[in-house]
Amino acid sequence: MDFAELVRGFPELTTTGLVQGAIYALIALGYTLVYGVLRLINFAHSEVFMIGTFGAIWTWAVFGLDSNSGAPSVPKALLLIALAIVAAALLSGSVALLIEVTAYRPLRRRNAPPLAFLITAIGASYALMELMGTLTQRRQVGAPALLPTKTVISIGGWSITPVQLLTLVVAVLMMVGLDWFVNKTRFGKGIRAVAQDANTAALMGVNKSRVIALVFVLGGLMAGVAAVFSDMKSGNTRYNIGFLLGLKAFSAAVLGGIGNLRGAAIGGLLLGLVENYGSALFGSQWRDLIAFVVLIVLLMFRPTGLLGESLGRARA
Amino acid sequence: MLLEIENLKLLYGRIEALHGISLHVDQGEIVALIGANGAGKTTTMKAISGLHAISGGSIRFDGTDVSRLRADLRVIRGIGQSPEGRGVFPGMTVLENLEMGAYTRRDKADIAKDLAMVFELFPRLAERRKQAGGTLSGGEQQMLAVGRALMTRPKLLLLDEPSMGLAPKLIQQIFEIITRINEQGTTILLVEQNAQQALSRAHRGYVLETGRIVKEGTGQELLHDPAVKEAYLGVA
Ligand SMILES: Nc1ncnc2c1ncn2[C@@H]1O[C@H](COP(=O)(O)OP(=O)(O)OP(=O)(O)O)[C@@H](O)[C@H]1O
Ligand SMILES: [Mg+2]
Repeated sequence: MDFAELVRGFPELTTTGLVQGAIYALIALGYTLVYGVLRLINFAHSEVFMIGTFGAIWTWAVFGLDSNSGAPSVPKALLLIALAIVAAALLSGSVALLIEVTAYRPLRRRNAPPLAFLITAIGASYALMELMGTLTQRRQVGAPALLPTKTVISIGGWSITPVQLLTLVVAVLMMVGLDWFVNKTRFGKGIRAVAQDANTAALMGVNKSRVIALVFVLGGLMAGVAAVFSDMKSGNTRYNIGFLLGLKAFSAAVLGGIGNLRGAAIGGLLLGLVENYGSALFGSQWRDLIAFVVLIVLLMFRPTGLLGESLGRARA
Repeated sequence: MLLEIENLKLLYGRIEALHGISLHVDQGEIVALIGANGAGKTTTMKAISGLHAISGGSIRFDGTDVSRLRADLRVIRGIGQSPEGRGVFPGMTVLENLEMGAYTRRDKADIAKDLAMVFELFPRLAERRKQAGGTLSGGEQQMLAVGRALMTRPKLLLLDEPSMGLAPKLIQQIFEIITRINEQGTTILLVEQNAQQALSRAHRGYVLETGRIVKEGTGQELLHDPAVKEAYLGVA
């Protein structure tokens, strides 16, 4: 165990951990939203994210940028990032909706048992992954470097790059926005009502199918945003990127208490941090193991996750 | 006729729970539906509100056939329900629960008026408007469920055992409120174990036995019917 490494690198480990955690958190929200309403673990959500990472790179390609392009001016870069966020969010949102309408909705119509949904989720995930693998010849696809990599803010030993700063700011805005939407708007109330008691929600005039479609789209939007920042963070993507990232984001959702929005946010950030600190302490080859060990240990002591409870009960 | 049910059949899987029941509710009435545990009272409610598909017969409401209409659309047509077990949203405050009742409505001013009316009927709810629904007492939850159903501004209010789990004094109170709601113009279909109270307040009533209507009449007729007395009023 290398405590010196942990102490020396602590500020940077915290920053990079939070950035990775923000990406986990954004993806985790999609798992938690769908689970809250349907009690379904939508394993295809990882591929909703994966397709978003390609959506962003395709958007940049439309403007003639690829991994070999030089960095554009900062205003232009910000505009390109904004465009990619919109495009990836829309693409991921659409894919999520498509999965719901073509795969899950027919099962609900037939009153299928939970296991049928689970198998369908795994099948949809695999199908989308293979589809993208075939379309991209299973190659790694590079993203253009849009923002300068030099640090913008530096206080003492702590510094942050433009990409990191942007990731954290946008992720927080998205999460606050989602929280507001679910807790304060009429549609948000509909979501919480279905999550808490679907039959009674129908007696209030809530259209359950529409609420379900809405949570898939919302989860997709969040995953699309996460996808853009994942591209910028790692500089590339690949058809199978969703597998591990999705699994970790799902763990983050469970860590925070699946079905609980704020739990997903906290679980994501925490997982990013713990993973980073842990790999400094034990060596980076243990990174992926650490995430799951933490999950298992936490669940032994708090089986419902950190915040526990369901979507609708988050405020009670 | 506001509600007209003809030869209604309903299946749970392969088991038929309703074997062709017919009943009607006229504008302005309180109609009581009584019967033993498992007779099919709640099932009838579910069929009317659309929570469970029917397998035969028809349900006409306010002049149109709603038999195949989705539950949420029936609410818009004017069928409001306080379900068995209350169905309070546990993580929402009292106020949010009541606002859920007005989910399909856009008329802000009227919603505010109805909210004031519900708070006037149930002052206890006004006191606890910020409290989470899940932490209310059983009786308070019952008031909330009835108040919330009123917030849908129903033409027909379905009440499934509104007196369940209430103290005797509160039972008296809730039945008084039901009468008041009716006098203010809402038609009510009332399911009750408390047959004495229900029949004495209802204009008419039906007796349900294992998925069949076995008796009907005015409230007074049923109250004095020897068979009803023996089976449901605890009088030998
Ligand atoms: N979801 C279901 N699946 C299968 N059978 C059901 C279901 N719901 C109700 N039943 C059965 O249908 C019959 C009627 O039930 P219902 O709930 O309508 O009775 P009830 O008259 O409301 O009784 P109670 O006074 O106890 O509330 C019962 O035999 C019950 O076991
Ligand atoms: Mg019942």
